Amino acid sequence: MKYPTEFKYTKEHEWIRVDGNNATIGITYHAQESLGDIVFVELPRTGTEISKGKPFGTVESVKAVSDLYSPASGTVTETNEELTTAPESVNKDAHSAWLIKITLKDPSEVQSLLSAHDYEQFVAEEH
Amino acid sequence: MVDFNGWDMPVEYPSAGGIIGEHNAVRTAVGIFDVSHMGDIQISGPEALNAVQHISMNDASSLAIGQAQYSALLYPTGTFVDDVVIHRLGENNYLLVINAGTGEKDFNWVRDNTRQFDTDVKDLSDSYTQIAIQGPHAQGLLQKLTDADLSAVKFYWFTHGKVVDLENILIARTGYTGDDGFEIYIPPDEETGAQVWNAILEAGKEFGAAPCGLGARNTLRLEAKLPLYGHEISDSINVWEAGLDRFCKMDKPEFIGRPPLEKARQEGIQRTLIGLEMIDRGIARDGYKVLDEAAKEIGYVTSGSYAPFLKKNIALAYVPPEFANLGSTVFVEIRGQRVAAKVVPTPFYKRPKKRAA
Repeated sequence: MKYPTEFKYTKEHEWIRVDGNNATIGITYHAQESLGDIVFVELPRTGTEISKGKPFGTVESVKAVSDLYSPASGTVTETNEELTTAPESVNKDAHSAWLIKITLKDPSEVQSLLSAHDYEQFVAEEH
Repeated sequence: MVDFNGWDMPVEYPSAGGIIGEHNAVRTAVGIFDVSHMGDIQISGPEALNAVQHISMNDASSLAIGQAQYSALLYPTGTFVDDVVIHRLGENNYLLVINAGTGEKDFNWVRDNTRQFDTDVKDLSDSYTQIAIQGPHAQGLLQKLTDADLSAVKFYWFTHGKVVDLENILIARTGYTGDDGFEIYIPPDEETGAQVWNAILEAGKEFGAAPCGLGARNTLRLEAKLPLYGHEISDSINVWEAGLDRFCKMDKPEFIGRPPLEKARQEGIQRTLIGLEMIDRGIARDGYKVLDEAAKEIGYVTSGSYAPFLKKNIALAYVPPEFANLGSTVFVEIRGQRVAAKVVPTPFYKRPKKRAA
């Protein structure tokens, strides 16, 4: 599995794509694979402040409930409404089915996250 | 793989489409389950029937040889040791199929409570590998692999026959999915198990058969409102609360648990098992609180999930009877939020009746 090199990753299996002061957040291919069929996604409202390392929402598969941890601090500017009716989009393409977009509080926070290479290695070692 | 009471069990088979794909294969085609973790207890001897009658709540005297019944072992308090399927193998010979999680407890319970009878109680759990073939095409699939006439086996009856070169295999028309299907009991060695499993998968190709894991087994039994020990039934829940009245024969003069059930029936129940369908967005999960209009806690969810065939979020919950009215609204507390749910009839899923040919 190729993880996009322009993303950064968390050990909790979220990805973040930074574009200046803005960022897009989702969960990884590995996350959706371990969860199985995703049937429910709960996301924060636009305007909510979220903090790096803290839960900002929930994703549920048939078998499990998992918290979503934010890769960075910031303010939610948009949520992916499509996931309300089609949560399975995350299984189909985890790296394009984004969850939320945020304005970053401190763009330098992202530097400490894992690169695609390091994340791939982390996932391999977890098994 | 997950460790399930010492058994390495697959939760799902991603190649079969995962839990949703497996679940829907059972509802529309056929699914195959390795259920070797189930335990088996044999009670035989001159007083076998008396022993079975004493430890179980259904009426085993009504069983013909070749017939099975759903029943339960109860504590003297009228609450559950476990639920069981009792098969009458012969004149004085019964086979009890029990849950994996409760196997040793069940065997000890049965042994200790049948000492006064002239019977032999054997733990045969390690003597069988159990495979379930479930769904509308279960008969078509299994018939390809056996010389037994499956069309002659009615629901909750069993027969013996040759299956994939193995002689005298117990073939029961039972299951835990809410659909038609069979459970077969084959020798326990790994080689035989693998051989039969692969033969069934191969024979099932033309029917769209899917191997199914524990995940689908749970969602299927939930849609069909089949109880799971530790959830809908337990050592603190009695028969009336669980709504299993029709499997408890109070006209039987004596069985363990009967006196308190007699009393409980007169006094009325404090809580009852209801079916919920979520109105608002959210999935009620095991253990979540059930609240009334005023946000007062009135009960709890025993099992809850997205239901893959019904495509709804459903749950079973215990609440006081005054909240059990069909169509009324209660609330489930999900991560601090009150989420509305409607009380609906159960089972959520009923298999379609066979059309007359």
